[in-house]
Amino acid sequence: MSDHEYTPKSNFGKWFNDRLPLLTLANHLTDYPTPKNLNYWWTFGGILTFCLVTQIVTGLVLAMHYIAHADMAFDSVEHIMRDVNYGWLIRYIHANGASMFFLAVYIHIFRSLFYGSYKAPREIIWIIGIIIYLLMMAAAFMGYVLPWGQMSFWGATVITNLFSAIPLVGEGIVTWLWGGYSVDNPTLTRFFTLHYLIPFLILGLVVLHIWALHVPGNNNPIGIDVKKPSKDTVPFHPYIVIKDAFALLMFMIVFAFFVFYTPNILGHADNYIEANPLVTPAHIVPEWYLLPFYAILRSVPDKLMGVIAMLSAIFILAALPWLDTSKIRSAVFRPLYRQFYWILVADVLILGYVGAMPAEGLYLLIARVATTYYFLHFLVILPILGFKERTLPVPLSITEPVLGGSSNLAAARDDSRLEKLK
Amino acid sequence: MSEKKTERRDFLFTATAAVGAVGVGATVWPMIDQMNPDASVKALASTEVDVSSMNPGKTITVLWRGKPVFIRRRTPEEIDEARAVKLDDLKHPEKDEDRAKNPEWLVMLGVCTHLGCVPLDQKGDYNGWFCPCHGSHYDISGRIRKGPAPTNMEIPKYEFVNANTIKIG
Repeated sequence: MSDHEYTPKSNFGKWFNDRLPLLTLANHLTDYPTPKNLNYWWTFGGILTFCLVTQIVTGLVLAMHYIAHADMAFDSVEHIMRDVNYGWLIRYIHANGASMFFLAVYIHIFRSLFYGSYKAPREIIWIIGIIIYLLMMAAAFMGYVLPWGQMSFWGATVITNLFSAIPLVGEGIVTWLWGGYSVDNPTLTRFFTLHYLIPFLILGLVVLHIWALHVPGNNNPIGIDVKKPSKDTVPFHPYIVIKDAFALLMFMIVFAFFVFYTPNILGHADNYIEANPLVTPAHIVPEWYLLPFYAILRSVPDKLMGVIAMLSAIFILAALPWLDTSKIRSAVFRPLYRQFYWILVADVLILGYVGAMPAEGLYLLIARVATTYYFLHFLVILPILGFKERTLPVPLSITEPVLGGSSNLAAARDDSRLEKLK
Repeated sequence: MSEKKTERRDFLFTATAAVGAVGVGATVWPMIDQMNPDASVKALASTEVDVSSMNPGKTITVLWRGKPVFIRRRTPEEIDEARAVKLDDLKHPEKDEDRAKNPEWLVMLGVCTHLGCVPLDQKGDYNGWFCPCHGSHYDISGRIRKGPAPTNMEIPKYEFVNANTIKIG
């Protein structure tokens, strides 16, 4: 990287940059050498940044009209929808924006799983990502409580009660979280405060996430280390900027479809009924993006063990760089892992589906099988696969198989498969 | 590093660290404790309920500390049923006699001990309550019989102020 040699052209630029090297940073971000074979699955980092900014901006505006009080919250949300100029639009963007954020983050996570982006030397990027994901879930959960509808209230009751599973101190912790003996006004006001805070914590972590990324540079679809800068890289600007911008436009079409055509399809009708502590809705379901974990929680017949299983399902991801023993990053060169990868994708989708269904009969059985498989994948299959799998030959550079300068025909074949993946 | 001797400086370090730790603790605790139930929440600790109009077989739900409390006037058959259950069949063994001092009246927190939903009245496999959230079945004494809930529904502190009035809390 040429960071150290960079000097601004203008005298003022030099004067400023000597005192605060912002221009050096801008230059680094512009010239940042990026593998030239990044496909569209790599555009979701930019899309996620857009999602975060959208949530912060729309949330800031909503907070100008929302009233965090148990007696007024529900009405203030309807006031936003009916009276505030463009309030309906801003709220629908914010509510659907949460779903879009999770859609993008799941694609981003599964991209990493397929191409082995979590492996050395990128473990810290991955772990920061998992922390961001946890904070996203906390922010989304607390945000869902704020409209103070039936699902808000009972979702908050069920989730905070998860802490009561902790032996001895559990009940005390739940009372402390509530600020009372049930979910009530003190709970609402503190959730609002934290919901406002967390996006800024996420923003800080995103900076660390990108900083950590810029140390080793991007992984790429064939998962090899790339010399930087070289024939294998292109500057971030304009190549990646344009590609990211185009993908973002495509993503915004999907986003706009939900906002303008089916703004409530991802929500739950019960949340348009004001919170009532005396009546539990017949069927409590969390938002779609939490369903797989909800299915894991319900598939275990014991309360404490259910909570432990659910939390483990998330925290196990943080240990992934060490659970996956294979030296090869990309699934392109791992014929067996590729199959297990798709089974895992199916497994998570099945968990999501049964999480939305009542916890009984066949659904419960499926949830238990899928939960078992989820843990098997990470704790048994991945560690063993690294030793047993016969991986395909990996090319030495991104350019090599394309130019045909190599006798490594297998690698060239794999590259054609790559083309199909794009 | 030669022979280590306790010096005046070591004492100062230890004393500073100790005072600092107490200071940090004393500053952090109010920040944590402010989230616990405040005086106005605690002040609403008891509720009186008039039950004079309740016939046997009827359940009412009243709000106490923001939580629902079920008050059921049980029929003689229900009392017999509740008292006939063997303790060995129970996940959380409790005698009905201990749960309903006056067998006709069952007063309990209408909160599922799994994750806090409000169970539905006269539903489920045991003719008592059924929690729609995650499928816990309770009997006519509010004891957990099937499903993920770990314990029986809680009995709050209550007393009959007179023949027609129950004071909860």
